Amino acid sequence: MSSTTLPAAPPEAAPAPRATRTITAARLLPWFLLAPSLAVLAVVTGYPLVRMLWLSVHEYERAQLLGVPAPFVGVDNYVATLTDGRFWTVTARSFAFMLVCVALTITVGTLVALLLMKLGRVMRLVLSVGLLLAWAMPPLAAMLVWGWIFDTQYGVVNHLLTGLTGDSWMGHSWLISPLSFFAVAALVIVWGAIPFVAFTLYAGFTQIPGEVLEAAQLDGASARQRFFDVQVPYVRTIYVVLIVLSMIWDLKVFTQIFVLQGIGGVKSETSTLGVYIYEMGMAQGHYGAASAIAVIFTIIMLAISAYYVRATVKEEQL
Amino acid sequence: MSLAPAGALPSSAAVTAAGARAAVPVARRRPARRRAAAFGWGVLAAFLAAAFAFPVYWMIRTSLLPTNLVSGPELHLWPDELTLRNYDTAMFHQERAPFVPALSSSLQVTFLVLVASMVLAFFASLAVTRFRFRGRRAFVLSILVIQMVPGEAMMISVFQLVDSWQLLNTVIALGVVYLAGVLPFTIWTLRGFVNGVPVELEEAAMIDGCSRPRAFWKVTFPLLAPGLVATGVFAFLQAWNEFMMALIIMTRPESMTLPVWLRTFQQATKSTDWGALMAGSVLVAIPVVVFFLIVQGRMTGGLVSGAVKG
Repeated sequence: MSSTTLPAAPPEAAPAPRATRTITAARLLPWFLLAPSLAVLAVVTGYPLVRMLWLSVHEYERAQLLGVPAPFVGVDNYVATLTDGRFWTVTARSFAFMLVCVALTITVGTLVALLLMKLGRVMRLVLSVGLLLAWAMPPLAAMLVWGWIFDTQYGVVNHLLTGLTGDSWMGHSWLISPLSFFAVAALVIVWGAIPFVAFTLYAGFTQIPGEVLEAAQLDGASARQRFFDVQVPYVRTIYVVLIVLSMIWDLKVFTQIFVLQGIGGVKSETSTLGVYIYEMGMAQGHYGAASAIAVIFTIIMLAISAYYVRATVKEEQL
Repeated sequence: MSLAPAGALPSSAAVTAAGARAAVPVARRRPARRRAAAFGWGVLAAFLAAAFAFPVYWMIRTSLLPTNLVSGPELHLWPDELTLRNYDTAMFHQERAPFVPALSSSLQVTFLVLVASMVLAFFASLAVTRFRFRGRRAFVLSILVIQMVPGEAMMISVFQLVDSWQLLNTVIALGVVYLAGVLPFTIWTLRGFVNGVPVELEEAAMIDGCSRPRAFWKVTFPLLAPGLVATGVFAFLQAWNEFMMALIIMTRPESMTLPVWLRTFQQATKSTDWGALMAGSVLVAIPVVVFFLIVQGRMTGGLVSGAVKG
C-alpha cells in the first residue's frame, strides 16, 4: 500500500478513499520545493528577460532612462540590427572565433586526456597540478597576467622573441592588429578551458571497462579504430555536453575580450557579440537596440543547441 | 580535427602494452620499447605541465620582484632578488580601494551564494526528478534556455531593479543576483545526480518503515555528495570571480569585491604598478587554488557521472 502514497506515481493511479488529502499534499509538495528557486529566478532573471523583450520593441535611449516615455517602435530595432553591416561583421567574427576555440579546446583537451591515461602515477600528478593551476586562476587575474606576458614594453614574449630571433621585438604590440589580438585571446581562452575538458574526458575514459578495449584489440582494431569506435562512443554524452557548453561559453565570451581591449585592442575591429551588446547598451546607451541584438543572439544560441535541447525534451517526456 | 588521429596513433604503444599478456608473440621485445615510450610521454607531460603553469609562475615571480626589476630591460626568468613589498603595497597602500573590505565583501557574497545555491538547487532538483507535475517540463526547459541569454543585455534592467530596492552596494543584492545566475546550472547539474539514484532504493527503505522524507534523507542524500560538491564548486567560482555585475552594483570603494578591487590597479591616468597588480592577483587566486586542490578529483568525477546519467 505504501506505494500509493508515492508522489512519484501518477495522481490518477492513487486509490480513492482516504487519498484526497495525500494527493493534494503531493501535488503541492513539488511547488513548495521549487518556490524559493522560482522566486529568485522570476525576479532577478524573469523580470529582466521580459524587460529585454519589451525594450527590444521600444525606442529606449539615455533620455528614457531619465524618465522620458519610450515610444513603441515595433520591429524597428530588429530591422535596424539586421540591416546593419556591423552586426553581421561582429556575428561572423564571433562564430569564426568560437569555432576555432571550440575545435582547439576539444582536440587538445582530448589529447591531454589520452596522455593522462598513459602516464604513471607521478607524471600524472605533475601534469594534473599544472592543469589545475591554469584552471583555478580567476579569469580576471589570468587576463591581467596574460596582458603582462604580452605587454608591449616589458612582456616576456617580446623579451624571449628578441632573444631567440636576434631581431628587436621590444615595443611590438600584440593587441593592435585584430588577427594577433584574436590569436592571443584564443590562446588565453583555450588555455583556461582545456583543463576542464581534459579532466572531464579523462574521468570519462577511465570509466570504460578495460575488457572492452582489450576485446577490441584482440579483434584487431588499431589504436585509431579503438579511439573512434570504442572510446569516443562510450563517452559520447560527455562530448555532447562539453561541445555544447564550450560553444555557448565561447560565443558569449566577454571578460577576456573586454579586458584585452582595455589593455590595447581596437574595439571596432575586435568586438565579439557579448562585448558588442555591452557597447551598444551600457556604454552608448542604445538600450532598445542592444536588447534586440540580445534577442537575436539568444535565438541563434537556441538554434545551435537545438539538438541538445530536443534530446532533453524527449528525455523529459519519459 | 586532423590533430586527433595523429595524436591517437602513438598512443597505441601503451594500450598495446597493457594487453601484452594476451599478445604473446611480440611480448619479448616490449619492455625496452615500453620504457622508452613511457619516458617520452613523461617528458611530454612535464613540458605540458610547465606550459600550463607558466602564467601562474610568471604572476608569482613578478609579484616578488622589486619594482625597478619588474619594468626593467632585463628579463629575470629566475630572479635572485625577491621582496614582499608588492604584497605590502597591494594590501595596505591601495588608496582608491582598500584590500580588507574587498576581501570581506567577496567572502560574504561567496558564502551566501554557495550555501543558498546548494540548498535551493537541492530542493528544486528534487521537485523536478522525484515528482511529476504540470509545468515540470516547462521549468526544466526554461532553466536550460535561460543559460543561453547573454547576461550583458540584462545588466541595465538588473541594475535598475537593485537600484529601485535601494540595495546598491549591498552584499545581499549582489548575492541574490549571483544566485539567480548560478541556479539554472546548479539545478541542471544536480538534476542529473538525483536521476542517477534509483527511486527503488528509497522505496525499499520505505517498505522497511521509513517515511518518504526520511527515506530520502537517509538513502538518497548521502549518494548525492559528489553532485553537491560539483554544484558548490561552480557556485563558489562564479561568486568569487564575477566581475561585470559587481562593477555595476558595488561601486563604493568599501563595498567592492576582489575582482573589482583588482581592476583598480590599472588606471588610465597612471602607468600600471605591475608588481602590485600581480601580488593582488596572487591574493585573489590563492583561495581558489587551495579550494581546487582539495575538491578537484571529486568534482570532475561528479561532472562525468552527472553528464552520463543526466
